[in-house]
Amino acid sequence: MSETIEKPYTAKDLETDQDVRWCPGCGDYSILKQVQKVVPELGIKRENLVFVSGIGCSSRFPYYMETFGMHSIHGRATAIASGLKAARPELSVWIVTGDGDALSIGGNHLIHILRKNFNVNILLFNNQIYGLTKGQYSPASEEGKITKSSPMGSIDHPFNPLALCLGADSTFIARTMDRDPTHLREVIKRANDHKGTSMVEIYQNCNVFNDGAFFIYTDKETKAVETLFLEQGKPLIFGEGKTKGIKLDGFKPVIVDLTDGTAASDLWIHDETDRVKAGLLSRFFDNPSTEGHLPRPFGVFYTEARYCYEDALVDQITTTIAKSGKGDLNKLLKGGNTWTIA
Amino acid sequence: MSKTTEVTKDITILFAGDSGDGIQLAGTQFTNTTALFGNDLSTFPNFPAEIRAPQGTLAGVSGFQLRFSSIEIFTPGDICDVLVVMNAAALKANLKQLKTGGIIIANSDGFDPKNLGLAKYPASVNPLKDNSLEKYKVHEVDVTKLTKECLKESGLGIKEIDRTKNMFVLGFILWMFNRDMDNTIKYIQDKFKKNPAVMDANIKTLKAGYHFGDTSETFTTRFQVEKAQLEKGEYRNIMGNQAAAIGLIAAAERSGLTLFYGTYPITPATDILHELARYKNFGVKTFQAEDEIAAIGSTIGASFGGALAVTASSGPGIALKGEAIGLALMLEIPLVIINIQRGGPSTGLPTKTEQSDLLQALYGRNGEAPVPVVAAYSPSDCFTTVFEACRIAVEHMTPVFFMSDGYIANGSEPWKFPTADSLPTIKAVFAEPRNEGDEKYMPYKRDEKLVRKWAIPGTKGLEHRVGGIEKEDITGNISYDPDNHEHMVKTRAKKVENIADSIPLQQIDNGKEKGKLLIVGWGSTYGSIKAAVREAIEEGYDVSHAHIKYLNPLPKNLGEILYNFENIIVPEMNNGQLVKVLRDKYLVPAVPFNKIKGMPFSAAEIKEKIVETLKK
Repeated sequence: MSETIEKPYTAKDLETDQDVRWCPGCGDYSILKQVQKVVPELGIKRENLVFVSGIGCSSRFPYYMETFGMHSIHGRATAIASGLKAARPELSVWIVTGDGDALSIGGNHLIHILRKNFNVNILLFNNQIYGLTKGQYSPASEEGKITKSSPMGSIDHPFNPLALCLGADSTFIARTMDRDPTHLREVIKRANDHKGTSMVEIYQNCNVFNDGAFFIYTDKETKAVETLFLEQGKPLIFGEGKTKGIKLDGFKPVIVDLTDGTAASDLWIHDETDRVKAGLLSRFFDNPSTEGHLPRPFGVFYTEARYCYEDALVDQITTTIAKSGKGDLNKLLKGGNTWTIA
Repeated sequence: MSKTTEVTKDITILFAGDSGDGIQLAGTQFTNTTALFGNDLSTFPNFPAEIRAPQGTLAGVSGFQLRFSSIEIFTPGDICDVLVVMNAAALKANLKQLKTGGIIIANSDGFDPKNLGLAKYPASVNPLKDNSLEKYKVHEVDVTKLTKECLKESGLGIKEIDRTKNMFVLGFILWMFNRDMDNTIKYIQDKFKKNPAVMDANIKTLKAGYHFGDTSETFTTRFQVEKAQLEKGEYRNIMGNQAAAIGLIAAAERSGLTLFYGTYPITPATDILHELARYKNFGVKTFQAEDEIAAIGSTIGASFGGALAVTASSGPGIALKGEAIGLALMLEIPLVIINIQRGGPSTGLPTKTEQSDLLQALYGRNGEAPVPVVAAYSPSDCFTTVFEACRIAVEHMTPVFFMSDGYIANGSEPWKFPTADSLPTIKAVFAEPRNEGDEKYMPYKRDEKLVRKWAIPGTKGLEHRVGGIEKEDITGNISYDPDNHEHMVKTRAKKVENIADSIPLQQIDNGKEKGKLLIVGWGSTYGSIKAAVREAIEEGYDVSHAHIKYLNPLPKNLGEILYNFENIIVPEMNNGQLVKVLRDKYLVPAVPFNKIKGMPFSAAEIKEKIVETLKK
């Protein structure tokens, strides 16, 4: 977005007069704060910003953003945003959704917006639980999860959200987390810069119904070993003191010890435009309790330049008008064959 | 041999054959030619749900009924004068539609043992040979053989030759009714311009059919139906779905809004999408969504953005859209929901007509969710009524139902089309941009009609939030306050009731203002009721006809009209829906008269009911 704004606004200007009503300690607070902080840096007129959400805790988000907003119905924010963007391509449209809203009831619309590639940003707050209905397992919850609706443990195999999105030909996929504000802001910026549907999965802690689901990736003691921060053109390095790396053995990712003398240049170099590697990265999804598991990647997995639906739609209209002129209502009413009764 | 010409006022032809026989095309072409000639006309295509049901079977029979006349008509005809059948199944399925003494034109090749078997005639029975059709005038023509003969030097394959059979039949019918071939030849030239061999073959077969009538000694009579004395003016032929599509474009032009059409293909609504997708030069944005819910979702987004947003479906799809309709109603944004009704419930009878979604339109949502409902009564009326639906949606900031059905959606009639300037303008009221220091924008502030303004993204200073949760009056903030909820429910209801101030009063279509019997209809039953009531009045019966276009809110004077009659009969192609509404709202002893056969009422059925009621 290169348009100039007459009068810049601040994070404060994006706060509404409504009391924020998430549970105290909810990860959503942090995400709201970072979004309010980063959006003024994007150069978008405030009146051109629209936040559309579905139903769930995260979907209350638009009420707290002093922009245009719609808190719609369960699972349908993606469909509503598609129509809005098709009608008004110049708007900056953001979808705020959760793992239930996007992956369960709205699963169909999610895969279709990704393949259609409207130029919108999706912020998927993944807390791996149904919070608003007070704690049932979600399609992102791990197998065996004990909840009120699964007292003997969930028998649902979970989605791998980013692998699903990649499978739907998403042109931008990234992962970040509520407890890493700097990274969160950077990823949001990247998502906004991307032309096409940008899918950002945000690990978000639900401290009431699923507390600590992601602590292993956010706590000081484990973060370095369990997370892998992706940077374009850089080798995959992680671990305490950056002592571990990932190498590709054919298509098999292998953890290597850099203190053994393995050179960084032998490692897997991250390339966001490589679809095959993005596919492998999205499968770094092991349960962290399994022996020899791979670290969980964060950052931009994949980007691809592909035409946006709304541009092609407008293009067909302008091409038609350029070729055969603007429609004439009188001609249309008259049709091809007429007769006169005198 | 000399040929005579018999002048007649009113002819109904039914073309019937396999759904792959090109019957619909032959029927449409004959319709266009006869429309250009200046007859009044009404058509009724009737096809199976399967695209290509097994060839030769009863399930695969497709029909196209056309009535054309030199007098004013309102229905495609109760009973046929001429039945054209391409095979035995077509005869078996449609013979009951033919009047005694009517003409059968049969493709004899379609009556071979295989076809007779497929049509489930008993072994060794051929209706063309056993005198069972002696009440009719039967003409056997071996269309298949004659077509092959005519194209033997064309170089085309047997399949391609076979596909031109419908042109032979069309050529013959054009001859029989004294119509020239120019319009059809022009159509063929245009359709096959990229394939000259097929173009030539079709034209050749068409001409062969025409000349066959001229030279064959079996046919001695041609028919002449003079021009109809319709109201003066310029006419075109139009189908209901086509009229709806044009009506939407006209509404967009007259409101200055961009038309956004979000939909998912479903019979019998899809043709509107096909039509609109062609009109990119009017800036129309069509969006084929992944499902019914996404379809209405996209229109809610587009409407929020300031477009004239329209979604369409049939009963099953409308059921899926229910929750989203409620959202549009809460957001108080304009939206037109088109329901081209078909037989229900569930998948029901996809290609057959019914009026069984009225109560769904009126009441089929959770919560107190009133939505205005308007219904078209004929193919060309789809134009006027969908335009009116757009007007109400935009000027009253509300979702609106436009009801049509398979019968008028696919049926056609002559239309004295309007000029663009003669159409009313539709006034969208957008909230103005605000400057710093201006009072905070209140999205749910209303005018005297209780209508809020359209506050679209991109307008400075109007940043605000809307949603499906109950809103506080004026501010639009979330509110769980009990009094506020009751107030908002009543306000939304009153807002819809207020629309009654901007719609015409109910008229008596035909007959006296007061009397023994009032027939009250809505939607596509108009033609049959009109024809029946007109006939009954001519015969001296005390009967009147009122047809309701505005089903919610109802016209203010409707009660008064109803109270002026001793008896009220409500014919509907359902199990009694409008009748429930009238009884509920006006406490009148209205009586249902129902037909639920996937077929429209014939005028005779309604007439009989009138006579029976008044003779009691």
